[in-house]
Amino acid sequence: MEWDWEFVRQTMPTLIEGLKITILATALGSVVAAVIGLVFAILRMTAPPPIARVTSFAVEFIRGTPLLVQLYFIFYVLPDIGIRLPALVAGVIGLGIHYGTYAAEVYRAGIENVPRGQWEAAKATNLTVRQTWIHVILPQAIPPMIPALANYLIAMFKETPLLSAITVLELMNQAKSIANSNYRYIEPMTLVGVFFLIMSLISVFFLRWLEARYSRVEER
Amino acid sequence: MSQPIIRIDNIVKRYGPLTVLDGLSMEVMPGEKLALIGPSGSGKTTILRILMTLETISDGFIQVDGEQLYHMKKAGSLVAADERHLHKMREKIGMVFQHFNLFPHKCVLDNVTLAPMLTKGMARAAAEKRAMELLDMVGLADKAKSMPAQLSGGQKQRVAIARALALSPKIMLFDEVTSALDPELVEEVLNVMRKLAAETDMTMLLVTHEMGFAHDFADRVLFFDRGKIVEEGKPEDIFRHPKQERTQTFLRKIIAAGHRV
Repeated sequence: MEWDWEFVRQTMPTLIEGLKITILATALGSVVAAVIGLVFAILRMTAPPPIARVTSFAVEFIRGTPLLVQLYFIFYVLPDIGIRLPALVAGVIGLGIHYGTYAAEVYRAGIENVPRGQWEAAKATNLTVRQTWIHVILPQAIPPMIPALANYLIAMFKETPLLSAITVLELMNQAKSIANSNYRYIEPMTLVGVFFLIMSLISVFFLRWLEARYSRVEER
Repeated sequence: MSQPIIRIDNIVKRYGPLTVLDGLSMEVMPGEKLALIGPSGSGKTTILRILMTLETISDGFIQVDGEQLYHMKKAGSLVAADERHLHKMREKIGMVFQHFNLFPHKCVLDNVTLAPMLTKGMARAAAEKRAMELLDMVGLADKAKSMPAQLSGGQKQRVAIARALALSPKIMLFDEVTSALDPELVEEVLNVMRKLAAETDMTMLLVTHEMGFAHDFADRVLFFDRGKIVEEGKPEDIFRHPKQERTQTFLRKIIAAGHRV
């Protein structure tokens, strides 16, 4: 079996189309995860005990089951109760909810790591609760969260091939269909790997930069 | 004779089964400098925290500057204070903490200007001018742009004092403000407090283990044990001629531990 550059050239545009969907799904999924994570975190930290317990259980449940199963559920089972979602929307919701549970944990840890004395100093200087959050707590809680959140973003990106199982035409799915119709796997699969590697390397580089930048803030 | 600025009436503070303050009453006159001494766990810090509304009370009444702190009048009857009432009452009181609690993400100047700008709507220029005066008073005008982590403990505590003063409270609470400091840094903080006592007529409540400072600084000393005032009086009387046995025992232990009286 030989590497066929001509085949690479012919299939590249299709793969690029797939890559665009992969990046789109990651971007939308991370926004959904960031928002859902915040909702989970607030519910667990401030809601009345019964609701906080239900939230904790939901978080454990989502984390304890595979993303692939959740995706099947959203795309293939929900239509049975009349909820029909386009594949990409189902995929983004699946990624968002799954990674939202991890983001919630990062938020919670970040906020709880701000010492109690900061809340007390804010109260002693008569800031309102809202002013305390905006000017005292969040500016200290968010920087240490960023590297951890970026880590999950990279992890989510590498899990997007799971969306091919629910017919999203992302990079992996495009590569599979090229491979299946041409009986050649080596070029499409290698290219998928190379694409992910390049994106991951860029992300890791970016992550190192974030870590350096925000650990410095903490040291001040 | 003027009215007391603080009137604590039979307050009780419980943490679960533990009763920290058990029916405590005391009064503080405007401008008075009060030292609260006693073994740890005697409830003296709890009083400051209650006055700053960092803790709530289980029972009793507190009047600050003529108004109820934890209660308010609503339709003629006295009800529990809401957040708005507490917010208004906190304007009268400032606090300096044992562990400074500066805002680590803001420079020294911003630490001092943050609250006046947010809570009093002061313009930045006015807030900064006032902050620089206060930083000058505590001897740290040259550190205005430094971050808290670049300061020594004594410097941090002086910034914390300036931060509390920036809100012009009528009452200042000092909670063991030198306890977390290296011994050689204690004096610079005490000097600022001496200056403050000499130059202002603020009411000051001081919880401390620095008996020498309490002796020189306070108009009146209260000795606490197990949530009650065991003995109170002028510093000379308490430190030189304590009447109660528990006061004598406590002072002997403190002297044995190397504190100057």
